[in-house]
Amino acid sequence: MAQGYSVSELARCYTTSFAAIQKHVALLEAAGLVTKEPRGREQIVRGDARALDQARCLLDQLEAVWRERLGRFEETLKESMKGKTE
Amino acid sequence: MTVIAVEKDPDRLRMVITNEFEVGPEQVWQLWADPRLLERWWGPPGYPATFVEHDLSPDGHARYYMTGPDGEQYHGLWKVVAAEPPSKIEVRDRFADQDGNPDQSLPESGFEVRISAIEDGADRTRMVVNSTFASLADMEKILEMGAEEGMRQAFGQIDALLADGVA
Repeated sequence: MAQGYSVSELARCYTTSFAAIQKHVALLEAAGLVTKEPRGREQIVRGDARALDQARCLLDQLEAVWRERLGRFEETLKESMKGKTE
Repeated sequence: MTVIAVEKDPDRLRMVITNEFEVGPEQVWQLWADPRLLERWWGPPGYPATFVEHDLSPDGHARYYMTGPDGEQYHGLWKVVAAEPPSKIEVRDRFADQDGNPDQSLPESGFEVRISAIEDGADRTRMVVNSTFASLADMEKILEMGAEEGMRQAFGQIDALLADGVA
């Protein structure tokens, strides 16, 4: 989406309502993943490729944090079960 | 390792991680519900968590701190948005000051945990953790805070190696 589309152009490509797309774009903008700039009476929405790359990279880090944590979760679960059966 | 699926959605700043365990849902729930068990796995290596308050009922709070290798403390606060023992808990997690009050200058993140029995006769449980962030900047800040702790820990290990005369 590097070239940018207006919300009505986007709405034409999807079966979702204009309002739903507008809401989704607003969420993406708040999250810092797309930018909006005025063109006449319309707003042009542009995907921020660098932001998406960063989001992917940060999610990889988050995955590592949770995988480690869930490894400890499993250990604790095993130990807590052992305590019960003994 | 019990992780069976990881779904990362950069568009929505969201990660869903699915686990399966060979025990019943009640045992899995206990690891969240019992603060003494929770302390054994929540904090990263070298940063054990201590829960000083732990009320997982809806609108309840949990307050905790993690103690680093040099005795420094990192405080956190959970606000419980929804809880349905033993199947669901939804939490807003944020940084707190030394007195346990939320640090308004730092962003919060959220996670939802769903625990359910796998209906195949055996005592097996699925646990799905869904982590969300309001913005890319929030996610960056929160992970950066965690990474800093990890970095300090790595430096601590280098110090120990140097002290032992290995490096």
